[in-house]
Amino acid sequence: MRQMRPYTSGAIALALATVIFVLPFVFIALQAVKSKSEASRLDFTLPEQWLFWDNLAAVFQARDYQLVLAYFNSTLITVVSVTILILFSAMVGYVMQRRRTRWNAVASGALFMGLMMPPAVVPTIGLLQEIGLFKTITGMILIQVAYNLSFSTLLYRSFISTIPRDLDEAALIDGAKPWQIFFRVILPLLKPVTVTNIVVQSIAIFNDFTNPLYYLPGKENVTVQLTLYNFQSMYTSQYNLLFMNILLVTVPPLIVFIFFNRQIVAGMTAGAVKG
Amino acid sequence: MTETRLRSRKSPYPLWFFLPAAAVYGVLFVVPTVSSLWFSLTRWDLSSAEFIGLENFRQFFSEPFLVKGLVNTLIYALTTSGLKTICGLLLAVLLTGNIFARGFLRTLVFFPVLVSTIGIGIAFTVMMHPTKGIINAMLETLGIPGPGWLTNPALALFSVALVDLWKGVGLATLIFIAGLAAISPDYYEAARIDGATRFQQFWRITLPLVRPATITVITLSLIGGLRSFDLIWAMTRGGPGFSSDVIASVIYKQYQAGFYGLSTAGNVILFALIAIIILPLTVWLNRREVEQ
Repeated sequence: MRQMRPYTSGAIALALATVIFVLPFVFIALQAVKSKSEASRLDFTLPEQWLFWDNLAAVFQARDYQLVLAYFNSTLITVVSVTILILFSAMVGYVMQRRRTRWNAVASGALFMGLMMPPAVVPTIGLLQEIGLFKTITGMILIQVAYNLSFSTLLYRSFISTIPRDLDEAALIDGAKPWQIFFRVILPLLKPVTVTNIVVQSIAIFNDFTNPLYYLPGKENVTVQLTLYNFQSMYTSQYNLLFMNILLVTVPPLIVFIFFNRQIVAGMTAGAVKG
Repeated sequence: MTETRLRSRKSPYPLWFFLPAAAVYGVLFVVPTVSSLWFSLTRWDLSSAEFIGLENFRQFFSEPFLVKGLVNTLIYALTTSGLKTICGLLLAVLLTGNIFARGFLRTLVFFPVLVSTIGIGIAFTVMMHPTKGIINAMLETLGIPGPGWLTNPALALFSVALVDLWKGVGLATLIFIAGLAAISPDYYEAARIDGATRFQQFWRITLPLVRPATITVITLSLIGGLRSFDLIWAMTRGGPGFSSDVIASVIYKQYQAGFYGLSTAGNVILFALIAIIILPLTVWLNRREVEQ
């Protein structure tokens, strides 16, 4: 009896979890490969015709290959902002953890604010217009850096405390300049937390919808999430294409998750204060 | 000794390392936040701002649909936060126990956290369709008449909150799993020897000792709930009527309509709401922790 228990409770949990967490994804995948008329019935059946490639092509071709542009824009924003984010937040985390100055209190306060407070959107738009960065990819990148700095810095600050100061000392005695200590000694040692940061922030920025909606309007600037949002009204009669689109944004995080499971879990639990 | 030597020389930890981050954060986050306090007091068209005192706030609190957004924000945040805390803890207890397919189940529960909120929102909007949606179709086979999840004004906000739970419970579960892993098994062994039931073990050992994780989950999900926009926007656009509007969607609607001052006032109200709820909560929860 006692030995049976893990299996029975496990089986019940597995069945429930399958219904609750797997069925929605199966449903998405099924609609995505159906024909237009079949998908419009929105029922849970296997497709009579499997139109995976047709639907995939149709979604990519829609509106002059807008989705291709969207993938390009989203990837560009994600890669550049994560790169800047890594560099800036590692620098801040390092000095905050190592050097005791009165600026630390200011920086801690700023970190806390950044995690908690929503951005003031309209004044930000006004400011971006003022400096000529509204509706530009550059502006969007800098916004993503500003909004995600707190979380990255927090991860770095706690990780840097595990690196012994003796290393800094040794490098200093060997004649390294301060910036060399950081870039040649410390930064390479931060690799595990850097990977965590890259993975968690890439997912967050790639999936971001609200900020591109506000700061990056315009057809030529469209991102993947905005495309999906626009397709929602465009495809009300073509659920197969709408769901193919949803499938396309679901696959990248799935792949990332399969490869970086450990880093994601570490990153999410370590600081884990994101709206 | 190390300390004095480092200090007597020029510090090897240059303060200018703060500068790049401070510049971006200062210009794009701090400046707009501070200036929002001013712009919320103006009639504003992005080029010129006319000072009108507290008129925007007076208007906000005298329009029933705007106040509705405020009330909904509180309801939504409390509902999602409460559900995520309870379900997250129960799932975490289940998924740290000795059960079959544990790793797979953890993955399953966590995966929606990583998926596009808009994608999830659209998919669930379709599944919650009152007549064609699969959720009601499934309920019908069980003989239960399914409600109009997103079309019934009394229900729409809670339907979105349920989807939020579905999407976000994995993160709460993950934090609780980390918290549970930190509890020494010795406590449970001692309790078993003393003859404590499983429920007593949960109530007297697990619950008090998982407290730091609970604080994290509550704070996190409250902040998330108060700020939430994308899921609500993808699923209902604040409707039907204004029944599922929250402050964040009010801010967006007023911005779209060109009422920039009013929109910014909405932002200031959201700041205040978050500060009023989260700051005392953090202080109170952390003090109780010290007392114990």
